[in-house]
Amino acid sequence: MSEMTSLAAPHDAAPVPTQEAGPAPAASPPASRAALPERLYGLATAGAAWLVLLILIAVTLSMALGGKLAFQTFGLGFVTSANWDVVNGQFGAFVPIYGTLVTSAIALVIAVPVSIGIALFLTDIAPVWSRQPIAVAIELLAAVPSIIYGMWGLFLFAPFMASHVEPWVNDTLGSLPLVGPLFAGPPIGIGMLTAGIVLGIMIVPFIASVARDVLNAVPAALRESAVALGATRWEILRHVSLPYTRSAIVGAIFLGLGRALGETMAVTFVLGNAHDLSASLLMPSNSIAAAIANEFTEADTELYRSSLIALAFLLFIVTFIVLSLAKLMLARMDRSLGRTH
Amino acid sequence: MNWTLFRRRLADRIALVCAALATAFGLFFLAWILWTTFANGAAAISPRLFTEMTPPPGADGGLLNAFYGSAVMIVLAIAIGTPIGLAAGTYLAEQGRHTRLASAVRFVNDILLSAPSIVLGLFIYELVVVPSGHFSGYAGSLALALILVPVVVRTSDEALRLVPDRMREAAFALGLPRWKVSLQVLYKAARSGVITGVLLGVARISGETAPLLFTALNNQFWSADMNAPLANVPVVIFQYAMSPYDQWHALAWAGALILTVFVLVLSLLVRLVARGRHS
Amino acid sequence: MITTDTRPHFGTDAAQGLAAAPIKIDVRHLDFHYGQTQALHGVNLAIPALAVTAIIGPSGCGKSTLLRTLNRIYALYPEQRAEGEILVDGHNILARGTDLADLRRRVGMVFQKPTPFASTIRANIGFALSFYEKLSKSELADRIEDALRQAALWDEVKDKLDQSALSLSGGQQQRLCIARTIAVRPEIVLFDEPTSALDPISTARIEELLQELRGRYTIVIVTHNMQQAARVSDKTAFFHLGELVEFDETSRIFTSPAVSRTQDYITGRYG
Repeated sequence: MSEMTSLAAPHDAAPVPTQEAGPAPAASPPASRAALPERLYGLATAGAAWLVLLILIAVTLSMALGGKLAFQTFGLGFVTSANWDVVNGQFGAFVPIYGTLVTSAIALVIAVPVSIGIALFLTDIAPVWSRQPIAVAIELLAAVPSIIYGMWGLFLFAPFMASHVEPWVNDTLGSLPLVGPLFAGPPIGIGMLTAGIVLGIMIVPFIASVARDVLNAVPAALRESAVALGATRWEILRHVSLPYTRSAIVGAIFLGLGRALGETMAVTFVLGNAHDLSASLLMPSNSIAAAIANEFTEADTELYRSSLIALAFLLFIVTFIVLSLAKLMLARMDRSLGRTH
Repeated sequence: MNWTLFRRRLADRIALVCAALATAFGLFFLAWILWTTFANGAAAISPRLFTEMTPPPGADGGLLNAFYGSAVMIVLAIAIGTPIGLAAGTYLAEQGRHTRLASAVRFVNDILLSAPSIVLGLFIYELVVVPSGHFSGYAGSLALALILVPVVVRTSDEALRLVPDRMREAAFALGLPRWKVSLQVLYKAARSGVITGVLLGVARISGETAPLLFTALNNQFWSADMNAPLANVPVVIFQYAMSPYDQWHALAWAGALILTVFVLVLSLLVRLVARGRHS
Repeated sequence: MITTDTRPHFGTDAAQGLAAAPIKIDVRHLDFHYGQTQALHGVNLAIPALAVTAIIGPSGCGKSTLLRTLNRIYALYPEQRAEGEILVDGHNILARGTDLADLRRRVGMVFQKPTPFASTIRANIGFALSFYEKLSKSELADRIEDALRQAALWDEVKDKLDQSALSLSGGQQQRLCIARTIAVRPEIVLFDEPTSALDPISTARIEELLQELRGRYTIVIVTHNMQQAARVSDKTAFFHLGELVEFDETSRIFTSPAVSRTQDYITGRYG
């Protein structure tokens, strides 16, 4: 009797039986008294569910419509041109797009190993009593409002980067062949490297908490058989746990990437709002979200506004794809564990 | 000792140390950010914060109008977002549980949960600000509600699905209609889960800045008019922090401290409520 | 003589008994499916009015499934379906157009585990009641007291009606669920292994209660406890592998069953 999995309304039932008016059993009071609230309830709940779908569609359409003018005016040049010239009404968004991608990439380079390290630490290494408090503390990193990251980044972290980290980066990496130009440039603290690091710290809790959950979900039998073979904890992680949870870990990373791409305030503070293309990661740049945040209220022409909304459209589409992939990867893991979600 | 064994042990040691360092890295930045906020904020906190309005450049003042504006917008966002989120969550967990619509809504909702909030702000700009012709507290509330809804949908769906099926059977066995069962049995059983969700959502929207930039905007003066630009803490912090004035910086730090304390206390409270439910 | 016939056996005394007591529920050719799995095969069973009918059998035999068709609670789950006829007072409740809310009001159900709602004792009983009937405050209080008295719980809870129902003991919670069920004045009460989650003392109290309810309601009780069936019921149906094997007076089932499978079960050869 316990194999009931699904639940439907009592009234929309199986093939044979159902409701609706009809020859009710004798001596039954009219059921119509309940009919109106019941119908309202059905409408309200299903309507709200539809509303969620509608919001997504409406946001996409509204951004597409708002950005239409920019797309029509500049065509493909909108994404390939780096010429963002407000005075002459030329809007090529390559710099913010490039800045978004580069800062997100830096964020992943930092956040992925750190998050997996934290997940490993919390599932395998830390004393059991300390796991919950540490996990909560890491999750608090996600609760801190992004504007706080921004202020800390602007007033504390950027000066720290300028005085301690970037000179060192200049000296060591800046003279390397090939990648040297990425790390050359004035150590001013504000720029893509700083923004990427701040973003990386911000997305650590998102990746770490999912990674920890999935590592915890690795069947004990799998791990125990590896232990029985004499495997070390690192070998178990590397050869058992990570392969087993790979799709979910990738899903978690995509989730973090989705966050990083769309993050606005922290980046706005430390990226410098520059529309010049520069090879150096130490130079100020721009991101899609930061450009919108900085310039939208100042956009005085129709084309200017449309260009910013077109950027928002691109950002929304890209994050939609990234987050969808994340969902699919996580769902695959859930299925293989027999969980339904 | 066997050389291979030694190498394996060494690799293991190195990995464990790296994992510990990664955790230390995360905790270090949490501590640094919180310490910065507390140190700078505490220095700037004074009673005037709660009695005076946001000042013009180079003058002293408080954040009263911003606190008020934020509070009103958050309350209105809760009033708009909670019923919608709860209703949709009810659909997902109850009559629609295994329908295609429900899977689609769950998918989309999870994406909205992580969608860039600045785009949602722009959407409300297009939807409300452009037609009405001006920025307003209402638009700000709507933008915040848009961010709150997915949080409430997700948590109420989960909370309702945690209610055992035998509770539903017992209620339906009394001959009660669906709405009565949901309202008086399921919501009561799932209450702490739903409250957790709303609090989680409030913690999230209290710090949101991006969606307010083009909706509520800001207002230097006292205004209780929801149909006009409304001061709010995040945007004030943003503008003051980006300014060159020391007084404004101090106010921004004070606002940041209060915002952070509020959000962190709420987040910890949510965890306590959730833990109370599990035990 | 014990037969090994696979067709269900209806005792002759039973037939006479049925002639005396009117039939309240008449199950005809009932098949039941959980998705692809068939749980009941062509069940025919006539349950007499105002008596206690017990349904026994090993786990998985379909006894609870049968009970769950009588108020159509299975219809909550889209993959479950019943075919055949179940006549309650002559009306087929499996027919399209059956008002399920009204059916369930007339056919109450008490479940295996106590299912108190997360509210006060008073609200647990009162809210369905005040939904069905326009009652004044004092009428409502009377009806709640009446239901609690019938469920032999009144003396224990009369001073804490506004406390949470979850604060009651397991046995009290189960009696509260019985009170909640009979408060809306059903004609039939279904008990689905009502004591399997309870201690022996609480079980004894529930069994006493069943004795007191006998004659006021048509009662159908599913139990895995044969002594319980023997103690509380007038008639007993034995199910095995989704089929009704034998249906007769309880005394006869437990002393001289007509079918060997029944005999085997009663004497503990499987179960």
